[in-house]
Amino acid sequence: MNIMTEAATEELLEKKMNAVPLKMVGKDVSVYYGDKRALYDVNLNVRENTVTALIGPSGCGKSTFLRTLNRMNDTIDGCRVTGSITLDGDDVYDPSIDVVELRARVGMVFQKPNPFPKTIYENVAYGPRIHGLAKSKADLDLVVEHSLQKAGLWNEVKDRLQEGGTGLSGGQQQRLCIARAVAVSPEVILMDEPCSALDPIATAKVEELIHELRANFTIVIVTHSMQQAARVSQRTAMFHLGNLVEENDTDKMFTNPDDQRTQDYIMGRFG
Amino acid sequence: MTPTHIVSIYDEELKYLTRRISEMGGTAEQMVGDSVRALVNTDMALAQKVISEDVILDTAERQINEKAIVTIAKRQPMAADLREIMGAIRIAADLERVGDLGKNTAKRVIAVQGSSIPRNLARGLEHLAELALMQLKEVLDVYASRNIEKAKEIRERDDEIDAIYTSLFRELLTYMMEDPRNITPCTHLLFCAKNIERIGDHATNIAETIFYMATGSQPEGERPKDDHTTSVGAIEE
Repeated sequence: MNIMTEAATEELLEKKMNAVPLKMVGKDVSVYYGDKRALYDVNLNVRENTVTALIGPSGCGKSTFLRTLNRMNDTIDGCRVTGSITLDGDDVYDPSIDVVELRARVGMVFQKPNPFPKTIYENVAYGPRIHGLAKSKADLDLVVEHSLQKAGLWNEVKDRLQEGGTGLSGGQQQRLCIARAVAVSPEVILMDEPCSALDPIATAKVEELIHELRANFTIVIVTHSMQQAARVSQRTAMFHLGNLVEENDTDKMFTNPDDQRTQDYIMGRFG
Repeated sequence: MTPTHIVSIYDEELKYLTRRISEMGGTAEQMVGDSVRALVNTDMALAQKVISEDVILDTAERQINEKAIVTIAKRQPMAADLREIMGAIRIAADLERVGDLGKNTAKRVIAVQGSSIPRNLARGLEHLAELALMQLKEVLDVYASRNIEKAKEIRERDDEIDAIYTSLFRELLTYMMEDPRNITPCTHLLFCAKNIERIGDHATNIAETIFYMATGSQPEGERPKDDHTTSVGAIEE
Protein backbone atom coordinates (compact mmCIF):
# COMPACT_ATOMS: atom_id res chain seq x y z
CA MET A 1 0.00 0.00 0.00
CA ASN A 2 1.18 3.46 -0.81
CA ILE A 3 0.70 5.60 2.24
CA MET A 4 2.30 9.01 2.07
CA THR A 5 3.39 10.74 5.19
CA GLU A 6 2.03 14.19 5.85
CA ALA A 7 5.40 15.75 5.25
CA ALA A 8 5.71 14.01 1.88
CA THR A 9 2.21 15.12 0.87
CA GLU A 10 2.99 18.68 1.81
CA GLU A 11 6.24 18.56 -0.09
CA LEU A 12 4.42 17.28 -3.16
CA LEU A 13 1.80 20.02 -2.89
CA GLU A 14 4.55 22.56 -2.49
CA LYS A 15 6.29 21.23 -5.61
CA LYS A 16 3.02 21.29 -7.53
CA MET A 17 2.37 24.85 -6.43
CA ASN A 18 5.90 25.93 -7.29
CA ALA A 19 5.48 24.45 -10.75
CA VAL A 20 2.76 27.03 -11.51
CA PRO A 21 4.50 29.86 -13.38
CA LEU A 22 4.59 33.28 -11.77
CA LYS A 23 2.55 35.85 -13.64
CA MET A 24 3.41 38.86 -11.52
CA VAL A 25 6.20 39.25 -9.00
CA GLY A 26 6.18 41.96 -6.35
CA LYS A 27 9.57 42.51 -4.75
CA ASP A 28 10.18 44.78 -1.75
CA VAL A 29 7.16 46.84 -2.70
CA SER A 30 6.65 49.91 -0.54
CA VAL A 31 4.03 52.58 -1.10
CA TYR A 32 3.96 56.08 0.38
CA TYR A 33 1.08 58.53 0.33
CA GLY A 34 3.03 61.74 0.90
CA ASP A 35 4.87 61.14 4.18
CA LYS A 36 2.63 58.29 5.20
CA ARG A 37 3.92 54.84 4.44
CA ALA A 38 1.15 52.44 3.45
CA LEU A 39 3.12 49.33 2.49
CA TYR A 40 6.33 47.91 3.93
CA ASP A 41 8.59 45.87 1.65
CA VAL A 42 5.95 43.46 0.43
CA ASN A 43 7.18 40.38 -1.43
CA LEU A 44 4.26 38.68 -3.07
CA ASN A 45 3.98 36.56 -6.19
CA VAL A 46 0.88 36.11 -8.30
CA ARG A 47 0.72 32.72 -9.96
CA GLU A 48 -0.67 32.16 -13.41
CA ASN A 49 -4.29 30.96 -13.75
CA THR A 50 -4.65 31.14 -10.03
CA VAL A 51 -7.02 33.17 -7.91
CA THR A 52 -5.04 35.02 -5.27
CA ALA A 53 -7.10 36.59 -2.49
CA LEU A 54 -5.81 39.53 -0.49
CA ILE A 55 -7.35 39.80 2.96
CA GLY A 56 -6.80 41.89 6.06
CA PRO A 57 -8.48 44.56 8.19
CA SER A 58 -9.36 47.97 6.75
CA GLY A 59 -6.31 50.12 6.09
CA CYS A 60 -3.95 47.14 6.02
CA GLY A 61 -2.69 47.92 2.52
CA LYS A 62 -4.36 45.16 0.52
CA SER A 63 -6.12 47.52 -1.90
CA THR A 64 -2.97 49.64 -2.10
CA PHE A 65 -1.00 46.59 -3.15
CA LEU A 66 -3.67 45.58 -5.66
CA ARG A 67 -3.53 49.03 -7.23
CA THR A 68 0.24 48.90 -7.62
CA LEU A 69 -0.18 45.91 -9.94
CA ASN A 70 -1.62 47.99 -12.78
CA ARG A 71 -0.38 51.38 -11.57
CA MET A 72 -3.78 52.66 -10.52
CA ASN A 73 -1.90 54.53 -7.78
CA ASP A 74 -0.32 56.76 -10.43
CA THR A 75 -3.45 58.86 -10.46
CA ILE A 76 -3.19 59.62 -6.73
CA ASP A 77 -1.28 62.79 -5.88
CA GLY A 78 1.77 62.27 -3.71
CA CYS A 79 1.73 58.51 -4.10
CA ARG A 80 5.14 56.96 -4.49
CA VAL A 81 5.98 53.31 -5.12
CA THR A 82 9.39 51.72 -4.48
CA GLY A 83 10.59 48.18 -5.08
CA SER A 84 9.70 46.34 -8.24
CA ILE A 85 6.66 44.72 -9.79
CA THR A 86 7.03 42.63 -12.88
CA LEU A 87 4.51 41.22 -15.33
CA ASP A 88 5.96 38.23 -17.17
CA GLY A 89 9.38 39.50 -16.14
CA ASP A 90 8.88 43.08 -17.37
CA ASP A 91 8.98 45.88 -14.82
CA VAL A 92 5.59 47.58 -14.88
CA TYR A 93 7.11 50.77 -13.43
CA ASP A 94 9.68 51.01 -16.21
CA PRO A 95 9.41 54.49 -17.82
CA SER A 96 9.12 52.89 -21.25
CA ILE A 97 5.96 51.04 -20.31
CA ASP A 98 2.75 52.38 -21.82
CA VAL A 99 0.33 52.57 -18.90
CA VAL A 100 -2.74 52.29 -21.11
CA GLU A 101 -1.26 49.16 -22.63
CA LEU A 102 -0.45 47.84 -19.14
CA ARG A 103 -4.02 48.34 -17.95
CA ALA A 104 -5.28 46.48 -20.99
CA ARG A 105 -3.13 43.55 -19.90
CA VAL A 106 -3.98 43.97 -16.23
CA GLY A 107 -7.67 44.84 -16.07
CA MET A 108 -9.65 45.91 -13.06
CA VAL A 109 -13.12 45.50 -11.58
CA PHE A 110 -14.16 47.83 -8.79
CA GLN A 111 -16.20 47.57 -5.64
CA LYS A 112 -19.18 49.50 -6.98
CA PRO A 113 -20.33 48.50 -10.42
CA ASN A 114 -19.45 51.47 -12.62
CA PRO A 115 -20.80 50.92 -16.12
CA PHE A 116 -20.43 53.80 -18.55
CA PRO A 117 -23.66 55.75 -19.10
CA LYS A 118 -23.93 54.09 -22.49
CA THR A 119 -25.64 51.06 -23.95
CA ILE A 120 -24.77 47.55 -22.79
CA TYR A 121 -23.16 46.97 -26.18
CA GLU A 122 -21.04 50.12 -25.98
CA ASN A 123 -19.89 49.33 -22.45
CA VAL A 124 -18.27 46.15 -23.69
CA ALA A 125 -17.25 47.41 -27.17
CA TYR A 126 -15.50 50.52 -25.88
CA GLY A 127 -12.24 48.88 -24.81
CA PRO A 128 -11.71 46.65 -27.86
CA ARG A 129 -12.48 49.62 -30.09
CA ILE A 130 -9.94 52.04 -28.57
CA HIS A 131 -7.34 49.27 -28.42
CA GLY A 132 -8.05 48.40 -32.05
CA LEU A 133 -8.83 44.78 -31.24
CA ALA A 134 -11.64 44.47 -33.78
CA LYS A 135 -11.20 45.07 -37.49
CA SER A 136 -14.86 45.24 -38.45
CA LYS A 137 -18.29 45.68 -36.96
CA ALA A 138 -18.82 41.94 -37.24
CA ASP A 139 -15.58 41.35 -35.33
CA LEU A 140 -16.66 43.73 -32.64
CA ASP A 141 -20.07 42.08 -32.37
CA LEU A 142 -18.29 38.80 -31.81
CA VAL A 143 -16.01 40.23 -29.12
CA VAL A 144 -19.02 41.73 -27.33
CA GLU A 145 -20.91 38.45 -27.48
CA HIS A 146 -17.99 36.38 -26.28
CA SER A 147 -17.17 38.77 -23.47
CA LEU A 148 -20.77 38.82 -22.27
CA GLN A 149 -20.82 35.04 -22.46
CA LYS A 150 -17.63 34.75 -20.44
CA ALA A 151 -19.17 37.07 -17.87
CA GLY A 152 -22.27 34.87 -17.76
CA LEU A 153 -24.49 37.76 -18.81
CA TRP A 154 -25.19 37.02 -22.48
CA ASN A 155 -28.46 35.15 -22.03
CA GLU A 156 -29.84 37.87 -19.81
CA VAL A 157 -29.01 40.80 -22.09
CA LYS A 158 -28.72 39.50 -25.65
CA ASP A 159 -32.12 40.94 -26.63
CA ARG A 160 -31.48 44.36 -25.19
CA LEU A 161 -27.91 45.21 -26.05
CA GLN A 162 -28.94 48.71 -27.05
CA GLU A 163 -30.46 49.48 -23.68
CA GLY A 164 -28.53 51.49 -21.10
CA GLY A 165 -26.00 49.60 -18.97
CA THR A 166 -27.03 51.51 -15.88
CA GLY A 167 -30.54 50.10 -16.15
CA LEU A 168 -29.35 46.63 -15.19
CA SER A 169 -29.54 45.27 -11.63
CA GLY A 170 -26.48 45.68 -9.39
CA GLY A 171 -25.33 42.13 -9.94
CA GLN A 172 -25.81 42.39 -13.69
CA GLN A 173 -23.96 45.70 -13.73
CA GLN A 174 -21.02 44.10 -11.96
CA ARG A 175 -20.96 41.24 -14.46
CA LEU A 176 -21.17 43.85 -17.23
CA CYS A 177 -18.06 45.47 -15.75
CA ILE A 178 -16.38 42.07 -15.73
CA ALA A 179 -17.40 41.59 -19.39
CA ARG A 180 -15.91 45.02 -20.09
CA ALA A 181 -12.66 44.02 -18.40
CA VAL A 182 -12.59 40.68 -20.23
CA ALA A 183 -13.32 42.28 -23.64
CA VAL A 184 -9.77 43.59 -24.10
CA SER A 185 -8.37 40.09 -23.45
CA PRO A 186 -6.37 40.95 -20.37
CA GLU A 187 -3.94 38.50 -18.79
CA VAL A 188 -4.61 39.51 -15.24
CA ILE A 189 -7.88 40.74 -13.72
CA LEU A 190 -7.77 42.70 -10.48
CA MET A 191 -10.94 42.77 -8.43
CA ASP A 192 -11.37 45.19 -5.56
CA GLU A 193 -14.19 43.85 -3.38
CA PRO A 194 -16.29 43.03 -6.42
CA CYS A 195 -19.20 41.65 -4.41
CA SER A 196 -19.48 43.97 -1.46
CA ALA A 197 -22.40 45.86 -3.05
CA LEU A 198 -24.18 42.71 -4.24
CA ASP A 199 -26.81 40.45 -2.72
CA PRO A 200 -25.96 36.77 -2.02
CA ILE A 201 -27.37 35.49 -5.32
CA ALA A 202 -25.49 38.04 -7.43
CA THR A 203 -22.42 37.30 -5.28
CA ALA A 204 -22.73 33.59 -6.01
CA LYS A 205 -22.94 34.34 -9.75
CA VAL A 206 -19.81 36.47 -9.62
CA GLU A 207 -18.02 33.77 -7.61
CA GLU A 208 -19.04 31.13 -10.13
CA LEU A 209 -17.71 33.45 -12.80
CA ILE A 210 -14.38 33.89 -11.02
CA HIS A 211 -14.10 30.13 -10.91
CA GLU A 212 -14.65 29.90 -14.68
CA LEU A 213 -12.43 32.85 -15.56
CA ARG A 214 -9.50 31.23 -13.82
CA ALA A 215 -9.00 28.90 -16.78
CA ASN A 216 -8.07 31.84 -19.00
CA PHE A 217 -7.02 34.61 -16.66
CA THR A 218 -4.96 35.24 -13.58
CA ILE A 219 -7.09 36.82 -10.89
CA VAL A 220 -6.22 38.86 -7.84
CA ILE A 221 -9.13 39.70 -5.59
CA VAL A 222 -9.38 41.90 -2.53
CA THR A 223 -12.21 40.88 -0.26
CA HIS A 224 -13.47 41.64 3.20
CA SER A 225 -15.37 38.41 3.31
CA MET A 226 -13.19 35.65 4.66
CA GLN A 227 -15.66 33.08 3.46
CA GLN A 228 -15.44 34.51 -0.03
CA ALA A 229 -11.65 34.36 0.02
CA ALA A 230 -11.90 30.76 1.20
CA ARG A 231 -14.40 29.91 -1.51
CA VAL A 232 -12.87 31.50 -4.59
CA SER A 233 -9.11 31.52 -4.16
CA GLN A 234 -6.29 28.99 -4.27
CA ARG A 235 -3.77 31.28 -2.61
CA THR A 236 -4.43 33.79 0.13
CA ALA A 237 -2.28 36.66 1.33
CA MET A 238 -2.94 38.33 4.66
CA PHE A 239 -1.99 41.99 5.17
CA HIS A 240 -1.75 43.80 8.46
CA LEU A 241 -0.63 47.40 9.09
CA GLY A 242 1.01 47.61 5.70
CA ASN A 243 2.91 44.35 6.04
CA LEU A 244 2.36 41.06 4.29
CA VAL A 245 1.88 38.78 7.26
CA GLU A 246 1.37 35.44 5.58
CA GLU A 247 0.87 34.00 2.13
CA ASN A 248 -0.32 30.45 1.96
CA ASP A 249 -2.46 27.85 0.28
CA THR A 250 -6.05 28.90 0.86
CA ASP A 251 -6.97 25.50 2.29
CA LYS A 252 -4.18 25.79 4.85
CA MET A 253 -4.84 29.46 5.52
CA PHE A 254 -8.40 28.92 6.71
CA THR A 255 -7.93 25.70 8.64
CA ASN A 256 -4.49 26.10 10.16
CA PRO A 257 -2.70 29.37 9.40
CA ASP A 258 0.94 29.77 10.38
CA ASP A 259 0.75 33.28 11.75
CA GLN A 260 -1.05 34.23 14.95
CA ARG A 261 -2.26 37.52 13.44
CA THR A 262 -3.89 35.64 10.55
CA GLN A 263 -5.43 33.26 13.05
CA ASP A 264 -6.88 36.10 15.14
CA TYR A 265 -8.15 37.99 12.11
CA ILE A 266 -9.92 35.14 10.36
CA MET A 267 -11.42 33.88 13.60
CA GLY A 268 -12.71 37.36 14.47
CA ARG A 269 -10.73 37.71 17.66
CA PHE A 270 -9.11 40.73 19.26
CA GLY A 271 -5.51 40.94 18.06
CA MET B 1 -3.66 32.66 25.40
CA THR B 2 -5.79 33.33 22.33
CA PRO B 3 -7.71 36.58 22.58
CA THR B 4 -11.48 36.50 22.89
CA HIS B 5 -13.85 36.99 19.99
CA ILE B 6 -15.07 40.42 19.01
CA VAL B 7 -18.58 38.97 19.08
CA SER B 8 -18.63 37.87 22.71
CA ILE B 9 -21.63 35.56 22.39
CA TYR B 10 -19.53 33.44 20.01
CA ASP B 11 -17.22 32.73 22.96
CA GLU B 12 -20.25 31.69 24.99
CA GLU B 13 -21.30 29.27 22.26
CA LEU B 14 -17.87 27.66 22.18
CA LYS B 15 -17.76 27.51 25.96
CA TYR B 16 -21.12 25.76 25.96
CA LEU B 17 -19.63 22.99 23.82
CA THR B 18 -16.57 22.61 26.06
CA ARG B 19 -18.69 22.52 29.17
CA ARG B 20 -21.08 19.92 27.77
CA ILE B 21 -18.21 17.72 26.60
CA SER B 22 -16.70 17.82 30.08
CA GLU B 23 -20.04 16.88 31.58
CA MET B 24 -20.42 14.01 29.14
CA GLY B 25 -16.92 12.87 30.04
CA GLY B 26 -17.77 12.85 33.75
CA THR B 27 -20.94 10.84 33.16
CA ALA B 28 -19.19 8.36 30.85
CA GLU B 29 -16.41 7.83 33.37
CA GLN B 30 -18.92 7.20 36.13
CA MET B 31 -20.91 4.77 34.01
CA VAL B 32 -17.88 2.73 33.00
CA GLY B 33 -16.63 2.51 36.60
CA ASP B 34 -20.07 1.53 37.86
CA SER B 35 -20.60 -1.06 35.13
CA VAL B 36 -17.39 -2.90 36.00
CA ARG B 37 -18.13 -2.70 39.73
CA ALA B 38 -21.61 -4.05 39.05
CA LEU B 39 -20.11 -6.90 37.04
CA VAL B 40 -17.44 -7.87 39.55
CA ASN B 41 -19.80 -7.65 42.54
CA THR B 42 -22.88 -8.90 40.65
CA ASP B 43 -24.65 -5.74 41.78
CA MET B 44 -27.96 -5.70 39.90
CA ALA B 45 -29.10 -2.35 41.24
CA LEU B 46 -25.90 -0.66 40.13
CA ALA B 47 -26.15 -2.31 36.72
CA GLN B 48 -29.71 -1.00 36.39
CA LYS B 49 -28.50 2.49 37.29
CA VAL B 50 -25.87 2.38 34.52
CA ILE B 51 -28.45 1.22 31.99
CA SER B 52 -30.78 4.04 32.89
CA GLU B 53 -28.02 6.67 32.68
CA ASP B 54 -27.19 5.99 29.05
CA VAL B 55 -29.97 8.30 27.91
CA ILE B 56 -28.10 11.24 29.50
CA LEU B 57 -25.20 10.78 27.09
CA ASP B 58 -27.48 10.22 24.10
CA THR B 59 -29.28 13.47 24.83
CA ALA B 60 -26.05 15.37 25.47
CA GLU B 61 -24.56 14.19 22.20
CA ARG B 62 -27.63 15.28 20.29
CA GLN B 63 -27.62 18.68 21.96
CA ILE B 64 -23.92 19.20 21.30
CA ASN B 65 -24.38 18.32 17.63
CA GLU B 66 -27.33 20.67 17.29
CA LYS B 67 -25.47 23.52 18.93
CA ALA B 68 -22.38 22.84 16.82
CA ILE B 69 -24.36 22.92 13.59
CA VAL B 70 -26.14 26.14 14.52
CA THR B 71 -22.80 27.71 15.46
CA ILE B 72 -21.23 26.70 12.15
CA ALA B 73 -24.20 28.15 10.25
CA LYS B 74 -24.23 31.38 12.24
CA ARG B 75 -20.55 32.11 12.77
CA GLN B 76 -18.88 30.38 9.84
CA PRO B 77 -15.94 29.48 12.05
CA MET B 78 -12.40 29.45 10.73
CA ALA B 79 -9.14 27.78 11.69
CA ALA B 80 -8.88 26.86 15.39
CA ASP B 81 -12.56 27.68 15.99
CA LEU B 82 -13.63 25.37 13.20
CA ARG B 83 -11.36 22.60 14.52
CA GLU B 84 -12.76 23.17 18.02
CA ILE B 85 -16.33 22.68 16.84
CA MET B 86 -15.57 19.68 14.62
CA GLY B 87 -13.59 18.22 17.51
CA ALA B 88 -16.52 18.67 19.88
CA ILE B 89 -18.79 16.76 17.47
CA ARG B 90 -16.32 13.89 17.22
CA ILE B 91 -15.54 13.70 20.91
CA ALA B 92 -19.25 13.75 21.77
CA ALA B 93 -19.71 10.77 19.44
CA ASP B 94 -16.83 8.90 21.10
CA LEU B 95 -18.18 9.58 24.58
CA GLU B 96 -21.66 8.51 23.56
CA ARG B 97 -20.17 5.22 22.36
CA VAL B 98 -18.30 4.83 25.64
CA GLY B 99 -21.66 5.16 27.39
CA ASP B 100 -23.14 2.49 25.13
CA LEU B 101 -20.29 0.12 25.94
CA GLY B 102 -20.75 0.72 29.67
CA LYS B 103 -24.46 0.06 29.29
CA ASN B 104 -23.79 -3.13 27.36
CA THR B 105 -21.47 -4.37 30.11
CA ALA B 106 -24.15 -3.55 32.69
CA LYS B 107 -26.74 -5.53 30.75
CA ARG B 108 -24.52 -8.60 30.83
CA VAL B 109 -24.41 -8.47 34.63
CA ILE B 110 -27.91 -9.96 34.53
CA ALA B 111 -26.79 -12.81 32.28
CA VAL B 112 -23.80 -13.81 34.38
CA GLN B 113 -25.42 -13.34 37.80
CA GLY B 114 -25.99 -17.07 38.48
CA SER B 115 -22.49 -18.20 37.68
CA SER B 116 -19.56 -17.51 39.92
CA ILE B 117 -16.76 -15.58 38.31
CA PRO B 118 -13.34 -16.83 39.35
CA ARG B 119 -11.67 -14.28 41.58
CA ASN B 120 -8.54 -13.86 39.47
CA LEU B 121 -10.60 -13.43 36.34
CA ALA B 122 -12.53 -10.63 38.00
CA ARG B 123 -9.25 -9.08 39.02
CA GLY B 124 -8.08 -9.22 35.40
CA LEU B 125 -11.23 -7.43 34.28
CA GLU B 126 -10.86 -4.87 37.02
CA HIS B 127 -7.31 -4.19 36.00
CA LEU B 128 -8.33 -3.80 32.36
CA ALA B 129 -11.07 -1.40 33.42
CA GLU B 130 -8.67 0.56 35.63
CA LEU B 131 -6.38 1.14 32.67
CA ALA B 132 -9.23 2.06 30.33
CA LEU B 133 -10.69 4.41 32.92
CA MET B 134 -7.32 6.00 33.51
CA GLN B 135 -7.00 6.61 29.77
CA LEU B 136 -10.47 8.11 29.72
CA LYS B 137 -9.86 10.28 32.76
CA GLU B 138 -6.53 11.54 31.48
CA VAL B 139 -7.84 12.26 28.02
CA LEU B 140 -10.62 14.33 29.57
CA ASP B 141 -8.00 16.21 31.57
CA VAL B 142 -6.13 16.82 28.32
CA TYR B 143 -9.34 18.13 26.78
CA ALA B 144 -9.33 20.78 29.49
CA SER B 145 -5.58 21.49 29.46
CA ARG B 146 -4.86 20.95 25.73
CA ASN B 147 -1.50 19.50 26.65
CA ILE B 148 -0.26 18.04 23.38
CA GLU B 149 2.55 15.98 24.90
CA LYS B 150 0.06 14.33 27.22
CA ALA B 151 -2.29 13.62 24.31
CA LYS B 152 0.53 11.85 22.50
CA GLU B 153 1.36 9.82 25.63
CA ILE B 154 -2.22 8.62 25.94
CA ARG B 155 -2.25 7.62 22.30
CA GLU B 156 0.91 5.61 22.74
CA ARG B 157 -0.32 3.81 25.83
CA ASP B 158 -3.28 2.02 24.28
CA ASP B 159 -1.18 -1.10 23.61
CA GLU B 160 -1.11 -1.90 27.36
CA ILE B 161 -4.87 -2.30 27.31
CA ASP B 162 -4.66 -4.41 24.17
CA ALA B 163 -2.07 -6.69 25.78
CA ILE B 164 -4.20 -7.30 28.88
CA TYR B 165 -7.24 -7.85 26.74
CA THR B 166 -5.37 -10.48 24.74
CA SER B 167 -4.33 -12.32 27.89
CA LEU B 168 -7.89 -12.18 29.28
CA PHE B 169 -9.12 -13.60 26.00
CA ARG B 170 -6.75 -16.55 26.34
CA GLU B 171 -7.67 -17.08 29.97
CA LEU B 172 -11.39 -17.12 29.20
CA LEU B 173 -10.77 -19.71 26.50
CA THR B 174 -9.13 -22.02 29.01
CA TYR B 175 -12.13 -21.78 31.37
CA MET B 176 -14.44 -22.63 28.52
CA MET B 177 -12.34 -25.62 27.57
CA GLU B 178 -12.27 -26.80 31.18
CA ASP B 179 -16.03 -26.97 31.57
CA PRO B 180 -18.68 -26.37 28.90
CA ARG B 181 -20.97 -24.87 31.53
CA ASN B 182 -18.57 -21.94 31.64
CA ILE B 183 -19.15 -21.12 28.02
CA THR B 184 -22.20 -18.89 28.51
CA PRO B 185 -20.83 -16.70 31.32
CA CYS B 186 -17.34 -16.65 29.80
CA THR B 187 -18.71 -15.49 26.45
CA HIS B 188 -20.48 -12.67 28.22
CA LEU B 189 -17.30 -11.80 30.07
CA LEU B 190 -15.43 -11.87 26.80
CA PHE B 191 -17.83 -9.26 25.44
CA CYS B 192 -17.39 -7.24 28.61
CA ALA B 193 -13.62 -7.35 28.20
CA LYS B 194 -14.04 -6.34 24.57
CA ASN B 195 -16.29 -3.45 25.65
CA ILE B 196 -13.65 -2.20 28.02
CA GLU B 197 -10.94 -2.55 25.43
CA ARG B 198 -13.07 -0.51 23.03
CA ILE B 199 -13.39 2.21 25.63
CA GLY B 200 -9.61 2.48 25.56
CA ASP B 201 -9.79 2.86 21.78
CA HIS B 202 -12.30 5.68 22.12
CA ALA B 203 -10.01 7.41 24.62
CA THR B 204 -7.25 7.14 22.04
CA ASN B 205 -9.54 8.56 19.36
CA ILE B 206 -10.30 11.49 21.62
CA ALA B 207 -6.58 12.04 22.22
CA GLU B 208 -6.03 12.19 18.46
CA THR B 209 -8.94 14.58 18.02
CA ILE B 210 -7.55 16.87 20.72
CA PHE B 211 -4.14 16.75 19.05
CA TYR B 212 -5.76 17.84 15.80
CA MET B 213 -7.82 20.54 17.49
CA ALA B 214 -4.72 22.04 19.04
CA THR B 215 -2.25 21.72 16.19
CA GLY B 216 -4.27 21.45 12.98
CA SER B 217 -2.39 18.32 11.97
CA GLN B 218 -2.82 14.63 12.65
CA PRO B 219 -0.44 12.93 15.09
CA GLU B 220 2.31 11.20 13.19
CA GLY B 221 2.84 7.47 12.91
CA GLU B 222 0.58 4.49 13.46
CA ARG B 223 -0.91 4.12 16.87
CA PRO B 224 0.64 1.15 18.67
CA LYS B 225 -1.49 -1.98 18.80
CA ASP B 226 -1.06 -5.08 20.92
CA ASP B 227 -4.39 -6.77 20.35
CA HIS B 228 -3.49 -10.25 19.12
CA THR B 229 -6.86 -11.86 19.73
CA THR B 230 -7.60 -12.04 16.03
CA SER B 231 -4.88 -14.66 15.69
CA VAL B 232 -5.29 -16.50 19.01
CA GLY B 233 -6.97 -19.55 17.43
CA ALA B 234 -4.39 -19.69 14.67
CA ILE B 235 -1.51 -19.79 17.14
CA GLU B 236 -2.97 -22.63 19.15
CA GLU B 237 -3.85 -24.86 16.24
